[in-house]
Amino acid sequence: MKIRKWMVVVGAAGCALSVSAQTRVVCLGGAITETAWALGAGETVVAVDDSSVYPSENRALPRVGYYRMVSAEGLLSVNPDLVLAHEQSGPPEVMEQLAAAGVRVVRIPSSATVTGLLDRVRSVGAALGRREQAEAIAASLETTLAEVAAAVVEPRPRVVFVFARGAGTLQVSGAGTAADEIIRLAGGVNAIEGFSGYRPLTAEALVAANPEVILATTSGLGSIGGPDALWAVPGVAATKAGEARRVVAMDDLYLLGFGPRLPAAIAELREALIP
Amino acid sequence: MKSAALILAPLDSAVTQRRHSLRPRGWWLVPVLAAALLAVLVAALSIGALPIAPASVVTALANAVGFETAWAVSEREALVIAHIRAPRAIMGALAGAALAIGGVLMQALFRNPLADPALVGVSSGAAVAAAAVTVIGSTFFVDLGWSSPFVLPAAAFVGGWLTVLLTLRLARSAGQTRIEQVLLAGIAINALAGAAIGLLMLIADDAQLREVAFWSFGSLGRANWPSIAWLAVALLPALVLYRLVAPWLNALLLGEGEAALLGVPVERVKRGAIIVTCLAVGATVAFTGLIGFVGLVAPHIVRLLAGPDHRVLLPAAGLLGAVLLPLADLFARTVAAPVELPIGLVTALLGAPFFLFLLLRERREIPR
Repeated sequence: MKIRKWMVVVGAAGCALSVSAQTRVVCLGGAITETAWALGAGETVVAVDDSSVYPSENRALPRVGYYRMVSAEGLLSVNPDLVLAHEQSGPPEVMEQLAAAGVRVVRIPSSATVTGLLDRVRSVGAALGRREQAEAIAASLETTLAEVAAAVVEPRPRVVFVFARGAGTLQVSGAGTAADEIIRLAGGVNAIEGFSGYRPLTAEALVAANPEVILATTSGLGSIGGPDALWAVPGVAATKAGEARRVVAMDDLYLLGFGPRLPAAIAELREALIP
Repeated sequence: MKSAALILAPLDSAVTQRRHSLRPRGWWLVPVLAAALLAVLVAALSIGALPIAPASVVTALANAVGFETAWAVSEREALVIAHIRAPRAIMGALAGAALAIGGVLMQALFRNPLADPALVGVSSGAAVAAAAVTVIGSTFFVDLGWSSPFVLPAAAFVGGWLTVLLTLRLARSAGQTRIEQVLLAGIAINALAGAAIGLLMLIADDAQLREVAFWSFGSLGRANWPSIAWLAVALLPALVLYRLVAPWLNALLLGEGEAALLGVPVERVKRGAIIVTCLAVGATVAFTGLIGFVGLVAPHIVRLLAGPDHRVLLPAAGLLGAVLLPLADLFARTVAAPVELPIGLVTALLGAPFFLFLLLRERREIPR
């Protein structure tokens, strides 16, 4: 313990504002972990939550569970100095206990929007003492996102995002969701209107929305049994997407995480939306 | 029910009362369980995901109450002992006691060994409120975030209470609370609550859904000193009143009419027991989520060991609950560290097979 503390002190003295290489970081939230790696701080990450599946180096790290239900002592047992926490991390009592134990707990803005992504990159950068790298990444993200936004093709395809956790639990996403945002960014239109958040999919509402493309996550589509099972869901076959058998499946964190890979995800989705 | 004389001892003449009530059957269980509780608390303080030497544990505890020892303890270790492990152990003991005492009271009231505080809707009401806060409330409380840890427990407690009061109101006619009516109203209210939770889950997103699921498995992870103070206050009536109500509950085992003839204020005992139970269990559920099986298993084990006399059953079951829950929590937080298992999962996983074992054994003992 003592030796480690000394190393931190020496390290901190060595590189004035920057955080020393000995800093032990725990990331709670997949997009936050990705951002830490993008900033070149991957080797300081000592543990991650269950949603941190990218990059694959994280798989070798200890997992501290689900970010909204972490255990105070479990997290302390990996001896962290800094916790980069998703806004919804919890329970709140545990976050207080971590802070009381001398761990720096930094809440990272977590909204699934472009502004949210830029805020996230900057605040992770600030917490890790890598402001310059963060500014560079934010600037390049802004440029790429502007390029991507300029390339919208009319007419915009109508898309429905189907959120599945096994057959029989299909939901569609309305306004204000990550899926709604990425569909818009990729040049599509969310065919589901009139409500915000997630609602159960009903056959008639889906037929009325009549999407040209159905968007899903790879794991979600897998959970219901692949595209064939999707076409068999009542109502789906009667839509334009069903007739043309057009479904786009993308990785959960890549598509909806709003991490540093967002421009690539937008470009890939746009490619897939063009008939 | 060995003999009516024993069960009704406190209602007898002063002489027999003294002879019997000094040593009710199975009284030895109480000091034994108290010792076990002490041992479990020591274990819960000493073992955890973060390895801490026994000397440091002793030092941290000594420092916390203002003493010095020859050993040193790091600041972080001291904090883990005093603000993470100690509150969890004590919260576990209080919650276990509340659930077990609640179980005993409900089982006496319904004269059914399978009765549970959940029957009167306290858990399902709390669950509806907790789910509502998680799913809908996040729109209103979004800025509170982790700065307001009391929103969810407060809502769950109020939700549990409103449901219980509704159940009691529905079961009351002509100044009488009819226990069959309580049961029926409770079943209807529980079904209604289940539907409400289902509705909330339909509109929940993935993260909220998981949070509702985690809450319904229970956890002692939210334990801290303020929540322990609240829980202790809620448990106080049960601890103070148990000596008074124990003989009345014994008489109730004979039936309500017989108990009334023996001079038991039946109506007041019924309503009082439900209210005391729901105060303790409501507060427990509010802070820990749903933890099953303790309220069922603890009274049952005590009955097997010490018989059905409530003068022993109430304190012994309370102590056994206070032993079992920190023990289950110890298992939950160490077996998969640094991840923590939901404690309700552990109590069900260990409690259900054990309960089945008890049932099978009992069946074998009953002569056909």
